[in-house]
Amino acid sequence: MPALSPTMTDGTLAKWLKTEGEAVAAGDVIAEIETDKATMEIEAADEGVLGKILVPEGTENVAVNTPIAVLLEEGEDAGALSNGAAAAAPSAAPVVEAVSAPVAPVAATIPAEAVYAGPTTRLSVREALRDAMAEEMRRDDDVFLMGEEVAQYQGAYKVSQGLLEEFGERRVIDTPITEHGFTGLGVGAAFAGLKPIIEFMTFNFAMQAIDQIINSAAKTHYMSGGQLTCQAVFRGPNGAASRVGAQHSQCYASWYAHCPGMKVVTPYSAADAKGLLKAAIRDPNPVIFLENELLYGQSFDVPTEEDHVVPLGKAKILREGGDVTIVAFSIMVGRALEAADALAGEGINAEVIDLRTLRPLDTETIVNSVKKTNRLVAVEEGWPFAGIGSEMAALMMEQAFDWLDAPVARVTGADVPMPYAANLERLALPQTQNIIDAAKAVSYRS
Amino acid sequence: MAKSSSKTKSAAKSRSRKPGLERDELLNFYKDMLLIRRFEEKAGQMYGMGLIGGFCHLYIGQEAVVVGMQAGLSDKDTVITTYRDHGHMLACGMDPRGVMAELMGRRGGYSKGKGGSMHMFSTEKNFFGGHGIVGANVPLGTGIAFSHMYRGNGAVSLTYFGDGAVNQGQVYESFNMAALWRLPVIYVIENNRYGMGTSIERASANTDLYMRGSAYGIPGETVDGMDVMAVREAGAKALAQVRAGKGPLILEMQTYRYRGHSMSDPAKYRSKEEVLKMRTEKDPIETQRKLILDGDHAGEADLKEIDREVKLLVTEAAEYAQHSPEPDVAELYTDVLVEV
Repeated sequence: MPALSPTMTDGTLAKWLKTEGEAVAAGDVIAEIETDKATMEIEAADEGVLGKILVPEGTENVAVNTPIAVLLEEGEDAGALSNGAAAAAPSAAPVVEAVSAPVAPVAATIPAEAVYAGPTTRLSVREALRDAMAEEMRRDDDVFLMGEEVAQYQGAYKVSQGLLEEFGERRVIDTPITEHGFTGLGVGAAFAGLKPIIEFMTFNFAMQAIDQIINSAAKTHYMSGGQLTCQAVFRGPNGAASRVGAQHSQCYASWYAHCPGMKVVTPYSAADAKGLLKAAIRDPNPVIFLENELLYGQSFDVPTEEDHVVPLGKAKILREGGDVTIVAFSIMVGRALEAADALAGEGINAEVIDLRTLRPLDTETIVNSVKKTNRLVAVEEGWPFAGIGSEMAALMMEQAFDWLDAPVARVTGADVPMPYAANLERLALPQTQNIIDAAKAVSYRS
Repeated sequence: MAKSSSKTKSAAKSRSRKPGLERDELLNFYKDMLLIRRFEEKAGQMYGMGLIGGFCHLYIGQEAVVVGMQAGLSDKDTVITTYRDHGHMLACGMDPRGVMAELMGRRGGYSKGKGGSMHMFSTEKNFFGGHGIVGANVPLGTGIAFSHMYRGNGAVSLTYFGDGAVNQGQVYESFNMAALWRLPVIYVIENNRYGMGTSIERASANTDLYMRGSAYGIPGETVDGMDVMAVREAGAKALAQVRAGKGPLILEMQTYRYRGHSMSDPAKYRSKEEVLKMRTEKDPIETQRKLILDGDHAGEADLKEIDREVKLLVTEAAEYAQHSPEPDVAELYTDVLVEV
């Protein structure tokens, strides 16, 4: 009885179309089988004579792999039939040894970058990103930038300013407005060994391309048993900008962080934007690089060292404190720092951690901090359900349960599509005061 | 089809005009197509025995397409296709043992047992998969063509997809970019007339699929995909044009699959007569066999010897696969990311 679908366990032998003693050629239909889905014709796999029918027509619930007939090869006679059934039985799948399930590997600790005490320069996040791309493109001819308005227009948000002039149209490529297509094109180029930086005007538009990002970019290394790689960076502004409504204001952090096969990076400062983007471009894996439009114009001190690279997968403690841990990423880091300032005025010393990379997540830095403060507030701009904050809560349950003095608090965007009206938009996004309130709540202070 | 039948005639004519070309080529085509046919029959059998799981889409009937196209490729050209991919892999020269072992989810498979029927690759043979999402390999193949242009390496990207995929939006996004940037890509549409159970007439407002690039100025041609000599001729011409820097091309292969869409499809959406007619009148292997015998390029005994060789290769592949162990359980967590 042949298996005729991925789920079939038994079938009905509806009808024999050949009789005992009849000659059959390979490909001849010999019987009809009813499965759970359909009635299927089955064909002889080899030529010969139908020696004996073992399962008469009309028999129900015949288990898959039960011999149903014996086919005699040229030269064999009916005398072979006594052993025929055994000979016709298929070789079984190899016996699976009893083994315990493998345990997911624990990521090795990623060393933090060395503390930099050298000279710095004041750069906006926009300039830092541009410098990172330019430096990496000078370093490696396989790196190129593609996206809408990245070349002649100099970037919809001017992030790629000057790149066309320096690198020419071979390496700085204006694409048509065609996210699904150009993302797939970039991924194909990466399979063939190039190192594309694929810019989305905003990550909202990348939803048109999410199949190529997940199904093609993230899964192919695994599906190919390690043969193919996809060294590509998908970057652009993520999250709410200002008054652009629901379709242009969404945080995709938890969407991408959910998926194995990629890294997800969410810088806050210009120094990290530059160092992390350089690391992302060099990383042999697909990297989702979530920027924030409102941060583009903010300026920070950026090291002037020749090759400023920040390792992926390492969080950064921006402010030390012993009373409560606040984790945040991207634009929310700024609000967390403001909240920490305010909390200090009320005698609460908050430790602020910039997650910087969401996948792989630096769990060690978070857990060690909570072992000290015994309290955690997780801040994100995205929606609460199955968000990064939910992951923080799970992490605490699994790795810091005995150290917690209060339930984990989540500060998130409101669980609604982003409204347009200024007052409603403000209510839908986490504000500094929300973080202050959450930190006080977990500290049992009012 | 008028155009394609004239192609068959011209292939037959050229045979008599060009002595010496053919014996090896004719026999190689016969052997390569037969290998795919027998391999797929064996895969169907192994599926029936429960040794292959999940989905299994057989290429039986369409063999002339990949064998004819492959004949014109150079070592640097690349191939990408969709989920009905076993024939493409064998045509690319991938080892039948590794393909069969992957179908069975074994350690010796091309993806170490982690990809399966629809997800196999060989960087050595420039075969980029094996992709399970209908239409998604078209931008990918266009991107591989982009890499050829970027590197100026003169290679061509052969991007195969079916009559089902031609209605996906990303196919046209790809056509637009390929034409805009004159990428070295040949889009080979394998029109086997059914996207799963839906005939092209029920799915496509215009069934002349070779014209689907006309909005972008991409020339297209329809080819008798059941005739390996016609495919070879069309393929060679297309490759020469693309290599000359003339930009993308479309070849629509008129072909047919004898089996259902996958193993669990009884193919009730078409008549038995239709299938029988194609099998008896248009079978690519029988056509080639007749061409060889009628032209006196080889005798029955020579073909029987090829049959025997092919059968042995396929038996060996099945034996190898069945004896290859399942992946080590530790492989569950490998190849997720490239370790740095």
